[in-house]
Amino acid sequence: MRNAFANCLTELAKSDTSLMLFYADIGNRLFNNLKEIAPDRTINAGIAEANMASMAAGSAMMGQKPFIYTITPFTTARNFEQIKIDIAYQNQPVIIVGTGSGLSYANLGPTHHSFEDIALMRSLPNMNIVCPADSDELSVLMPQLIKLNQPCYFRIGKKNEPKVHKILPDLKFGHAYTMQEGQTVAILATGTIMPLAHDLLIELQSKGINAELVSFHTVKPLDTQYLALACERFEHIITLEEHNVNGGFGSAVLEYISEQPKTPRVHRFGIPDRFIDQVHSTEDARKKAGLTVLDIITTLKNRAVI
Amino acid sequence: MNLEQIAAKIRYTLCDVSSKTKTPHLGSSLSCTDILTALYWQVLNVEPSTPSMPSRDYFLLGKGHAASALYTTLAYRGFYPVADLYQHGQTDSVFEEHPGINSPKGVDTVSGSLGHALSLATGMALTCKIQKRTNRFYVLMGDGELNEGTIWEAAMFAAGKQLSNLVAIIDFNKLQGTGESCEIMHLEPLEEKWRAFGWHTIRLDGHDILAISDALKGAQSYDKPVCIIADTIKGKGISFMENDNNWHYRIPTQDEVEKAKQELGLK
Repeated sequence: MRNAFANCLTELAKSDTSLMLFYADIGNRLFNNLKEIAPDRTINAGIAEANMASMAAGSAMMGQKPFIYTITPFTTARNFEQIKIDIAYQNQPVIIVGTGSGLSYANLGPTHHSFEDIALMRSLPNMNIVCPADSDELSVLMPQLIKLNQPCYFRIGKKNEPKVHKILPDLKFGHAYTMQEGQTVAILATGTIMPLAHDLLIELQSKGINAELVSFHTVKPLDTQYLALACERFEHIITLEEHNVNGGFGSAVLEYISEQPKTPRVHRFGIPDRFIDQVHSTEDARKKAGLTVLDIITTLKNRAVI
Repeated sequence: MNLEQIAAKIRYTLCDVSSKTKTPHLGSSLSCTDILTALYWQVLNVEPSTPSMPSRDYFLLGKGHAASALYTTLAYRGFYPVADLYQHGQTDSVFEEHPGINSPKGVDTVSGSLGHALSLATGMALTCKIQKRTNRFYVLMGDGELNEGTIWEAAMFAAGKQLSNLVAIIDFNKLQGTGESCEIMHLEPLEEKWRAFGWHTIRLDGHDILAISDALKGAQSYDKPVCIIADTIKGKGISFMENDNNWHYRIPTQDEVEKAKQELGLK
């Protein structure tokens, strides 16, 4: 997904001179093409993420539409207060890109995991949050975020994420995208966890449950129009994310649904409220976190959902 | 009215507004009054009737708790009436205790959390270089503010990019919120520190308006960012406030305001 990001930005920056990139000394060679077409606008900010966030806000105040880019914890948590004051409060159109989100860098340990970033960004007024599931979702949504001209958090993966759509999806910022219509149970997933959500759908189908699968690429603003209807249509809503179950996408869904007149049960699946360490791969880490089809099915059985 | 007289009027108004609106940080505001006077009457390309003039110079207040000093300077410079200052800190007032997004005309950025302004200005200065614009950027920071790590991130970056359109001014009054700044952290030798970070540095008396003006004008001739270290006195101009850190938070009584007025030579 990071290659798709670099390619997409390079293409868009050719004609839009307001676009510029600040990156915190990562992505060796990733931005070479961008540097060629826009050397002045491709800025290595050094390993100084707090300064990078404020500089991008300053740049936006001068009329640019900057991106800031580094590994997720360093572009969201390390510099959170700069994002709060200089980007969100001053409402500057900076797109904060978190690469390698969730468990993408599982083997690098908790320093490189991000299970708190959505919670942090959700708590900021003016902030939009978009989590593409694959490179197609990224390339469809990115021009829309630029056009939005508002603070935005763009939570992306690492590389070689499996494609989740057969054709380029017609995604609209702020609108949930239904990949498979169903009844009784809805699976709402955001970001790189989508292939697992798809596997879960297949498993439920094999058990005779006609579930719905939805890509909730936009976490904020939450598509309450979809959710309001979902409250009428479903008895159970399953949320899936590579983020702490507390404070993330599932929490956002739960908060909304809890205040509706008809409330389906919400089953949140994500990272349990603990650090995940001593793992070799994303797959390992998901197992440790209980993020497997088997674990989810077991929980759903225990809760008499299926 | 000469510059010293302007500064004296600003100082009196600071005391009176603080007393009447019960808003603190008088010591910090008095400390930087002469620097602001030099900037707004001698250096900055700003136009009170057109505060958003695209070619203007930008002033960023790092030490946001000295908001009153900035508001009062802008009032005397003609951005809005001095009488408006008495809304300071009141409900629905644009004169918030720390400058917010609804700040009065002439205030470009939010302040209050220390260590943001130099980074913001660095991004602005870099962008104007890319856009081939001639605006200049001036940042005023407290010595306590230099405790913040982002200052040094920005200092390294700005020097690396040779941002000659950027000037940092340190209001070096040797006192921060709860103690002596050189004891709380190892600040000195400050000139050498900034020089080592790649800046041209100048040290001067932060209450000599002419010297500050000359240094700020001269800063335009360097091919790198310039840091002016201004030795100042917290509470400057009012004998019973000078170097007394209680005036970081204390509010003067009206009797004390009258005493201050006399000391400042105002009738």
